[in-house]
Amino acid sequence: MTAEERRRARQGWLLSAPALALLLAGASGPLLIVVVYAFLEPGEYSGVEWKFSLEAWFRVLFERDIFDGTVRLADAHLSIFWRSVKLSLLTTLLTFVFGLPTAWFIATRPARTRMLWLFLITVPFWTNLLIRTFAIMEVLRNEGILNGALMRLGLISSPIQILYTDVAVLIGMTYVYLPLMALPLYAAIERFDMRMAEAAYDLYASRWQVLRKVVLPIVRPGVVAGSILVFVPSLGAYVTPRVLGGGKNMMIGNFIELQFGAGRNWPLGAALSLILLAMVACALTIYVRAAARAGADG
Amino acid sequence: MARARPFSAARLPGFAAMAAATFLILYAPIATLVIYSFNGSDSVAVWGGFSLKWYGAAWENAQVQEATMRSVVIALAASGIATVTATMAALGTTRRGRFPGQTLIYAIINQPLMAPEIVTAVALLIFFSSIKVATGYTGLGYLILAHAAFCVPFAYLPIRARLESMDLTLETAAADLYATPWLAFRRVTLPLLAPGIAAGAMLAFVISLDDVIITEFVKSAGQDTLPTYMLGQIRRAATPEVNAISTVLLAVTVALLSLFFAVTRKRA
Repeated sequence: MTAEERRRARQGWLLSAPALALLLAGASGPLLIVVVYAFLEPGEYSGVEWKFSLEAWFRVLFERDIFDGTVRLADAHLSIFWRSVKLSLLTTLLTFVFGLPTAWFIATRPARTRMLWLFLITVPFWTNLLIRTFAIMEVLRNEGILNGALMRLGLISSPIQILYTDVAVLIGMTYVYLPLMALPLYAAIERFDMRMAEAAYDLYASRWQVLRKVVLPIVRPGVVAGSILVFVPSLGAYVTPRVLGGGKNMMIGNFIELQFGAGRNWPLGAALSLILLAMVACALTIYVRAAARAGADG
Repeated sequence: MARARPFSAARLPGFAAMAAATFLILYAPIATLVIYSFNGSDSVAVWGGFSLKWYGAAWENAQVQEATMRSVVIALAASGIATVTATMAALGTTRRGRFPGQTLIYAIINQPLMAPEIVTAVALLIFFSSIKVATGYTGLGYLILAHAAFCVPFAYLPIRARLESMDLTLETAAADLYATPWLAFRRVTLPLLAPGIAAGAMLAFVISLDDVIITEFVKSAGQDTLPTYMLGQIRRAATPEVNAISTVLLAVTVALLSLFFAVTRKRA
């Protein structure tokens, strides 16, 4: 390394130092403390006892009977993990079903109006997540417009309970994360030369074949990016399941919070946080692989 | 094999209908929320004629006033700190070739975008609660520090994008004309970079203003911001007051977003 290169590197680090210090104090550093806390014993009321313990990790999957000490699988915990993964996958699928035609529609508009449509997708994305969740809550409640419309159409005779169910959480997450799928899909489709689809059709490919053989390979990078952008925040969702799912239909995020509130088991909460982090890391790794493959194909 | 119509990519069957449905689904709940903020009745579900009374109620509500002030103070302080440090970091990590540790710097700066917010929130709860016990300080500093940290990547990304698209020759010219590095930075680099900095600052401000989860975990008693106040209200029986506050926040977001688009559009 030349003296000039060394000077530049030192300058780069010095200029980045304040931002790094800020992030280490206010984000990354405390994550390391979570790792430590996951291996301690819970304190009596809250906090921890500074004694090494693997109990938190054991408690993630198993529970001990208080009376006879028998160990069994913690079904409640497993069902929360299963619900989180299931709802996140379904959310990803639903955002794709609605996002693909929408992105396609925007990408095929004339250049003048395209920016307007894009803006219309972006506004909900930047609107406070809590406001959007509240908006969908108002729609879903028993006296809300959805039940009202269904009753007016004569499809149901009395309001159906949607709010505070898994379905409500699914609808809510699809609603709030839809722009995260539509935007990368749009970016991929926008680059696509539409004449290729028309050429395939002229050469007697069916619409379905055009979609599968020509369109999908080209939008695949957008699908991969959109899927990760929806799946990761869904998996860690907290506000939407808390507001729409009520107390019973917890996802991992709410289960973690519970340990720091009424559950009074900080080490278990820390262990659950690390598991969530690991699940996100897995998803990101799969994404990087898939993105590389999609890039190689396209 | 005769075909009725020539194929057009812009007219795939059902796609336009699905797109229309998507826009309807996206906007109908927001529209309902805004409409019911003008509701004259006490219920969020029964329409009681047009009225501005819930705006009045929110305006006069001392809790709302305090929460709003707190939100604005935190967002201004946090976005200010985040923008200054992010600008320095962007200057440090662009246009100087690759240097050892650059990937690590990127990773740390972008970390808040990767980790689920609930995990960061829990981490900060643990960290700050022990500091609170040790020092006795329970002020707004914790919230400002936490907000500033997760705002850094949002400020950094547009500033870096702007820097990368900037022309280096102007700064070289300034240096050739005997400008000191500081003078060249102040008179040439900074004015050129200004739109990027403005965009980054606005993003950071909106992100801080909107935050719920980290604030909910870090705040001490009586430190509600507008979003955490609203979360509390929503969980109890919500009145159209929440709709009124939401509508105002919505208007602020749309205004800032339009400004953001206007600033970033004017590319050099």
